[in-house]
Amino acid sequence: MANVKKSPWLIHYDGSSCNGCDIEVLACMTPVYDAERLGVENTGDPMQADILLITGGINSQAVPVVKQIYDQMPRPKVVVAVGVCACTGGIFKECYNVLGGADVVVPVDIYVPGCAARPQSIIDGIIQARDLFQKRSKEHDALVKAGKTYDEYKEEEANG
Amino acid sequence: MVERIILILCYILLAPFLGGILEGFDRKISARMQGRIGPPIRQPFYDLIKLFKKQYIVVNHSVHFLLLSYSALMILTGSMFFGGADLLLCFFVLSTAATFLYFAAVITNSPYSTIGAQRELVQMMSYEPAVLLTAVGFYLATGSFNVADIIQSDYSLIVKMPGFFVAFVFIMTIKMRKSPFDTAASHHPHQELVKGITTEMGGKNLGIFNVTEWYENVFLFGVVALFILNKNPWSYLACALVILFVYFIEILIDNSCARVKYHLMLKMTWMVTLFSAGVNLLILMLIR
Repeated sequence: MANVKKSPWLIHYDGSSCNGCDIEVLACMTPVYDAERLGVENTGDPMQADILLITGGINSQAVPVVKQIYDQMPRPKVVVAVGVCACTGGIFKECYNVLGGADVVVPVDIYVPGCAARPQSIIDGIIQARDLFQKRSKEHDALVKAGKTYDEYKEEEANG
Repeated sequence: MVERIILILCYILLAPFLGGILEGFDRKISARMQGRIGPPIRQPFYDLIKLFKKQYIVVNHSVHFLLLSYSALMILTGSMFFGGADLLLCFFVLSTAATFLYFAAVITNSPYSTIGAQRELVQMMSYEPAVLLTAVGFYLATGSFNVADIIQSDYSLIVKMPGFFVAFVFIMTIKMRKSPFDTAASHHPHQELVKGITTEMGGKNLGIFNVTEWYENVFLFGVVALFILNKNPWSYLACALVILFVYFIEILIDNSCARVKYHLMLKMTWMVTLFSAGVNLLILMLIR
């Protein structure tokens, strides 16, 4: 079997964050942390991405954008919320325009805490995400083999 | 005849592996140049397998057909070249292949992809004179356009046509989508133009595109080999060394230059073509 987890490509979306976590996400790509040694590539293109990294809370204007990025990503896909704002809304939670963490819009799989999240914990999140990506890929392969769509699969799962 | 068929089959079957391994080394060497560890050598193959396993989402279904045409024509180019056919014909089919890539990118109507495609046309304008002049140079130096005749010369043709070699290696930077001339795909941090010409290619479409690039790179290195190959069997060794050296130079240029605007690319490539290939052409015509 092919190991898809050796090639997790990221797309990084910045919600209403203070940019601290964005800087740390980009720091993961630098020589010190070098996430590319795990096969990670930072793409800007949802159609080519496998893992969606969201930093910062979600405000009402960001909702359609995040939804669209998520929908444009081909299956299998994984969502990682980086930083406490993306997990719960953080210190911006009470703001009138902030709806909460990333999970108010898209299903989040992995939560990476921290303010700002450290590169070590972000890379740890990516490693957990790529294991999940591998698992999802197997499920996706089984679906393709059975000739079913994702919606049919979800329905079956809901019906037990 | 049998030899040629074997060579063509070898090209069709082995070129993707060779191209992929070369790209793996490229990423590793680039990483080391930047002080990083870098991905494993087999990384391009992991990426390829993953791309073919992902869900197939496409904006316009003709993208797939156009990309397959691009791929088929590129394989045809390489097959004709390694089969010893006419060099000029190879270069014309190569341009036709690039046109299909242009169509695959513009048909999606995505602004990023369209801008990337327009830049691809500018790139074609930049490198085409040098490519055609190289074919003419081989004709002037050997009296034949046929690859099979060119490699039968008594000495390495680089002696007679160093200017053409410089011009060809210069435009290979564009052809291999390396900085400073990767305006169409902006592959490096993937930010400006969001990968340009490949923006709307995901999953297996991007996989086909990558494999075609590997075929193209092997073909380009074949043309570089044409400058070195002669009757002497030792020239094959020399040719392998020169190809590796050229590849290293391309990686070095890629890592040490920032992307330029298309005006500068056009000016630089035409200047280099004119002054190195053009002057070499005049000299070849004089001593003929």
